[in-house]
Amino acid sequence: MITGRFFAAGADRRIAITILILLAVAVIVPLLNLAVSPTRAFYVPSYIVALTGKYLCYALLALALDLVWGYCGILSLGHGAFFALGGYAMGMYLMRQIGARGVYGNPILPDFMVFLNYKELPWFWYGFDHFWFAGLMVLTVPGLLAFVFGWFAFRSRVTGVYLSIITQAMTYALLLAFFRNDMGFGGNNGLTDFKDILGFNVQADATRSALFAASAVTLALAVFVTWATVGSKYGKLLMAVRDAESRTRFLGWRAENVKLFAFTVSAVMAGIAGALYVPQVGIINPGEFEPSNSIEVVIWAAVGGRGTIVGPIIGALLVNAGKSWFTGVLPEFWLFALGGLFVAVTLLLPKGIVGMWDSWRGNAKALRAASLAEEAGTDPVAPPPQKIVRSAATKPGDWSSSSPEPQPAE
Amino acid sequence: MNKSHTILYLDGVSVSFDGFRAINNLSLVLDKGEMRAIIGPNGAGKTTMMDIVTGKTRPDEGEVFFDGQIDLTRHDEAEIAMMGIGRKFQKPTVFENHTIEENLMLALKGPRSIFPALLHRRSTAEARQIDDILGIIRLGDKRDQLAANLSHGQKQWLEIGMLLAQDPKLLLVDEPVAGMTDAETEETARLLKEIARDHSVIVVEHDMHFVRELGVKVTCLHEGSVLSEGTLDFVSADERVVEVYLGR
Repeated sequence: MITGRFFAAGADRRIAITILILLAVAVIVPLLNLAVSPTRAFYVPSYIVALTGKYLCYALLALALDLVWGYCGILSLGHGAFFALGGYAMGMYLMRQIGARGVYGNPILPDFMVFLNYKELPWFWYGFDHFWFAGLMVLTVPGLLAFVFGWFAFRSRVTGVYLSIITQAMTYALLLAFFRNDMGFGGNNGLTDFKDILGFNVQADATRSALFAASAVTLALAVFVTWATVGSKYGKLLMAVRDAESRTRFLGWRAENVKLFAFTVSAVMAGIAGALYVPQVGIINPGEFEPSNSIEVVIWAAVGGRGTIVGPIIGALLVNAGKSWFTGVLPEFWLFALGGLFVAVTLLLPKGIVGMWDSWRGNAKALRAASLAEEAGTDPVAPPPQKIVRSAATKPGDWSSSSPEPQPAE
Repeated sequence: MNKSHTILYLDGVSVSFDGFRAINNLSLVLDKGEMRAIIGPNGAGKTTMMDIVTGKTRPDEGEVFFDGQIDLTRHDEAEIAMMGIGRKFQKPTVFENHTIEENLMLALKGPRSIFPALLHRRSTAEARQIDDILGIIRLGDKRDQLAANLSHGQKQWLEIGMLLAQDPKLLLVDEPVAGMTDAETEETARLLKEIARDHSVIVVEHDMHFVRELGVKVTCLHEGSVLSEGTLDFVSADERVVEVYLGR
């Protein structure tokens, strides 16, 4: 039981360290970009700031997936849809900030609407000239979609691979819808040519650094929220639903509501990630709804280790850094490498990098404890043959003597 | 028939799966505070009966009433659990990745909605209840261990402990002593008798020694309906019971 507590404490420390690193990075990287002269060794070039800012958004998306996949066993293959919807909401705000500076110079209508002969702004574009409204939509649109989708899916007790397939279908349906020009979201060109965000030039180094810092701080906050959620009684319930759903029902819990809450929170997190992503990459188009994008998110989480909070973040950063490097060197082989990575992780590292690290450390600790005990003259590796004590129990309830030490965590 | 004194009232219940009649015109009445043992060969419909009572399976026909007036066929599992019917599965089902204490905490009677669970802080009253239950099921020294590390018999006890934490009016206990030693079986019988003092209990069990230990009215099911009912001696003297158990 002491080891159990120690591991719990270890995990908490890891969360604290992650949050501290993210907050530190949010301060240091912009400083090194803005305050250090480009000729100095510590200078961080602007393209690195933009690239890592993008990775942090991916990490937030992977963390969102971890909440539902790692802790509730819902393998969503459609999380890219929530990400893209959040991105579109932010993109609509950025489009309306262009104003009369567009190619056609229309003060109200974005360029693509003028081009497509729109006479007036569609109703669903109203309000997006205000940042607060766009921000609200970033949260509510993905959240509402997840709520309605989850309400039907979980109530009908759709689980496992069937649920994965319909989440995939959801993102594919949205992909097709957003490709249509008369949807009013720019068709296959999407939304781009952004100029300002909150009155600052999106292209400027200072704005990019601020966006980077916002992404890092948001990710830190999301880590904290996820950690607090998972550690609460609700979090225990979430894992209980993952492991034995029918048991929770017979205890009186509504498993569908438990899942629905996590799914909605996760979708909102994914939407925020998308909203931070769009101003940093400067474009949002229906390609973000591609089912393959959502599958890639699953790979990030799997590589890092699902159900560990920190793992998916590490996975997202590593895989995307690998992708940036790989697509530069051998662009045509990237998809093979990604597929190979997924197969390798599933076969060799079923618990991902963080899970592997934990079990390796757990083993090392057990070994060290064993060698210490050996020096002390006892042999804990082969305890007295008490394993059969259950059948030999003379007194009822004599189980307590069976194994004096807990098994090392796997 | 007057249902007001009954905790569970099944009348003319039938259910079939793909043409197979798992329960066939079953009628069973359990009085308030009664403990009943249900025996019967494999496939007699014991587990299906529990599925019907707990809302997992809807009967094709027949009446199922709880506590005299609640029609159980109109409610789902979670609602029925909240009304006060607890169930222990045939295969011990506990939350393996949680500690024993957390297992009990999730089972403990209380609000069952999301937001209270998010903000929940353990009160001293809850801690005391958990301590009490841990004492009853004798797992106090393992409270911080993962349930996955328990032996089969210990998981059975943990599941019974979770039932106690739920504090139901009616307990459905499916094969509580499977995989237990004789001493543990005896202890389980003692525990169930103690529980039966202020709860109604239905126990499904194959172990005749255990059923004798309980010393309660026995119902023998066969092919989805009641074959014989009475004391264990009466039932085991019934020729039809002997026949279905030994085969013809």
